[in-house]
Amino acid sequence: MTKNVVIAGFGGQGVMLMGQILALAATEKNLNATWLPSYGPEQRGGTANCTTVISDEEIGSPVVDTPQIAVIMNNPSMEKFEKMVEPKGTVLLNSTLITIEPKRSDVTYLRVPANELAEQSGSQKAANMVMLGVMGWLWKDTFTIEELESAMVHKVGDKRPQLVEINKKAIELGYEFAKNIV
Amino acid sequence: MSDRILMKGNEAVGEAAVRSGCRLYFGYPITPASEIAEYMAYRLPQVNGTFIQAESELAASNMLYGAAAAGKYAMTASSSPGISLMQEAISYMAGAEVPALIVDAMRGGPGLGDIQAAQSDYFQLTKGGGHGDYHVIVFSPYTIQEVINIMPLAFQTAFRYRNPVVVAVDGLIGQMMEAVEFNYFTDPEEIPLPDWSLSGKFRHGNKKNVNTSLELDPDKLEAINWRLQGKYHEIEEKESRYDYVGVDNPETLVVAYGTVARLTISAVKKVLGEGKSIGLFRPVTLWPFPKAALAQKAKSAKRIVVLEMSAGQLIEDVKLYVYDPTKQYEFHGHPGGTTFTPSEIEQILRG
Amino acid sequence: MKVVYERPKTLEKVVNHYCPGCHHGILHALIAEVLDEMNLADKAVAVAPVGCAVLAYNYLDIDWIEAPHGRAVAIATGIKLAHPDLLVFTYQGDGDAASIGLAETMYGAIRGMNVTTFMYNNAIYGMTGGQMAPTTLIGMKTTTSPYGRDPKREGYPVKMAETIALQGGTAFSARSSLYNPRAITDTKKYIRHAFELQMAKAGYTFLEVVGTCPTNWGMTPVEASEFAKNELAKFYQLGVLKDVEGSEQK
Repeated sequence: MTKNVVIAGFGGQGVMLMGQILALAATEKNLNATWLPSYGPEQRGGTANCTTVISDEEIGSPVVDTPQIAVIMNNPSMEKFEKMVEPKGTVLLNSTLITIEPKRSDVTYLRVPANELAEQSGSQKAANMVMLGVMGWLWKDTFTIEELESAMVHKVGDKRPQLVEINKKAIELGYEFAKNIV
Repeated sequence: MSDRILMKGNEAVGEAAVRSGCRLYFGYPITPASEIAEYMAYRLPQVNGTFIQAESELAASNMLYGAAAAGKYAMTASSSPGISLMQEAISYMAGAEVPALIVDAMRGGPGLGDIQAAQSDYFQLTKGGGHGDYHVIVFSPYTIQEVINIMPLAFQTAFRYRNPVVVAVDGLIGQMMEAVEFNYFTDPEEIPLPDWSLSGKFRHGNKKNVNTSLELDPDKLEAINWRLQGKYHEIEEKESRYDYVGVDNPETLVVAYGTVARLTISAVKKVLGEGKSIGLFRPVTLWPFPKAALAQKAKSAKRIVVLEMSAGQLIEDVKLYVYDPTKQYEFHGHPGGTTFTPSEIEQILRG
Repeated sequence: MKVVYERPKTLEKVVNHYCPGCHHGILHALIAEVLDEMNLADKAVAVAPVGCAVLAYNYLDIDWIEAPHGRAVAIATGIKLAHPDLLVFTYQGDGDAASIGLAETMYGAIRGMNVTTFMYNNAIYGMTGGQMAPTTLIGMKTTTSPYGRDPKREGYPVKMAETIALQGGTAFSARSSLYNPRAITDTKKYIRHAFELQMAKAGYTFLEVVGTCPTNWGMTPVEASEFAKNELAKFYQLGVLKDVEGSEQK
């Protein structure tokens, strides 16, 4: 079993954190995991992206150019990453912010109104956690939603304990949303 | 929960050094190596160690020179332009036989270049870099776990041979995170102080120690050089390390190290699974170069493919040690900070 | 018979390589005397420079390391942090400490490293054959300022003891000389004080010693001593520039 995902959006949308939590959830399940950020000047202001690979075998390349799943949080990332997804792969897009029409017929699109759902959880900023909840559903045979939430707590709990409850709620909203549309 | 932790490569470098018994770090900020310094600035005070932000790479490498000559596990880390500035101290330390550890997070060059992962400093690391007839021992880990496994070995090897050691990584290994395990923690008090250390006469039998790379008598300096060459020969015999994945006598032999080897391994496994006669030879030490092992693996190969994030440096050693005009040599490079993509490599391997 | 003076134990019984009339030998002997008196020879590590004193490790019976040109204080920093109980000092020339190694010397002071620097200032590059030093006086002829140092062309001589005294981490900065017994007595006093402050972890200690270079100045030893006294010491005024213990200011 080897799974990979590329997550892309504006700097500040929490795409790096999302990828790290997925990698941490896998690590805590005793699996192999890599998380690879884009880094350098392109991080400042523009788009940010990261790649997470999890596996029960040794992970070869942490660089993935045809990801199984792309989580896309904004229009510029849509233009860059939609075309990279492998045939029969999944494009998970934030329908609140993405206005570009999907162009491909060989991938599955999941439109998630991430910002709207995040607002229900108590903060618009938790859109990344909503998407994380959707990823939790897509990777549910690897870890449970409780295990994903626990990885989130281990990642952000010390620094920002006030966000834990909002994040949990957002993850659950995303998970339930995915359950109904997938 | 497992013993595994998800750790960033740069932080793993620092933690591995601490767990190897290193308590002295001297550094100067440079992307993409600064996080190693940041981790040590946070970590060393917790274990009674000392972190110094030096005024330059010149100073950092010479502080390292002093601390290692004093007999202690000490280190610095930098990236290509900073490593260029350290070549002075590295040449002196090779001449004066000082066992220092230097981590080089290679980035794109020449000059200021960029800050992305690169392998354009292979020549600098393996063919000298500074002045004089000398070698530094160069380890090139390809995963964060291998960084963790190699760091204690790097310190021990430096002290065994009294020679500077470089652990060569790059921004990609430094910035990424990986599930890793640490299975060692050496108490620095248990590392014996060598009898050659500059530590005050009372610590070594009241006879003075002098550490110098200076010998003004040319006959004596020649003798010193031949002795050093003897040491380098011994290191070549005993410390050449490599890794190999593939069939026993491959028709296609791929040679790559560090990050490129990691990017390549998935593609190699994929085409292996399809029945192709292929193998990936990965030097783990860039110097000493595992030349005998490479020659052996290359014996029946018709096609030798060298992949590097440079304009062609490793390939010169490959051609030197597997010189055979009947073979087809193929070089694929990415100088300047761009990386290979897995599908690009797959295409190359399929020929 | 009462012994009134003997060769310092720590001074090696070898013939030194310095020229007749050069004051390096006196400075070596004074440091050896102080190490003996303070019982520190077996706890001392010294850093030799690139310059005339490059072979200083042959003359004192203590641990030594030979540093790359200008890097002495960086090397000393590494040694001191490895073994904080040691007495660590650098022995440098003006070119080493004030030109190529200016940053390293300054940072000894800025960082407040508990090490001591002796900077022998003879206003010239001796080992390489008489080139202009950062400390060469205005008007002084050298092989690389053959028309005499002109500030418009070659800039101004640097006053290191004053500069070092300005830095927060400096515990002691002084300038002394060796051209007569009185000056030698003062120098020895300062050496001892610097070592005491270092062992008390007071910070960086710096002693600039105005010395001679008869060979490259083209003078006899006597003329050179006179030049050190009448010309060098006039521009580079002797005395204590900073002392955290507030002992006498000259």
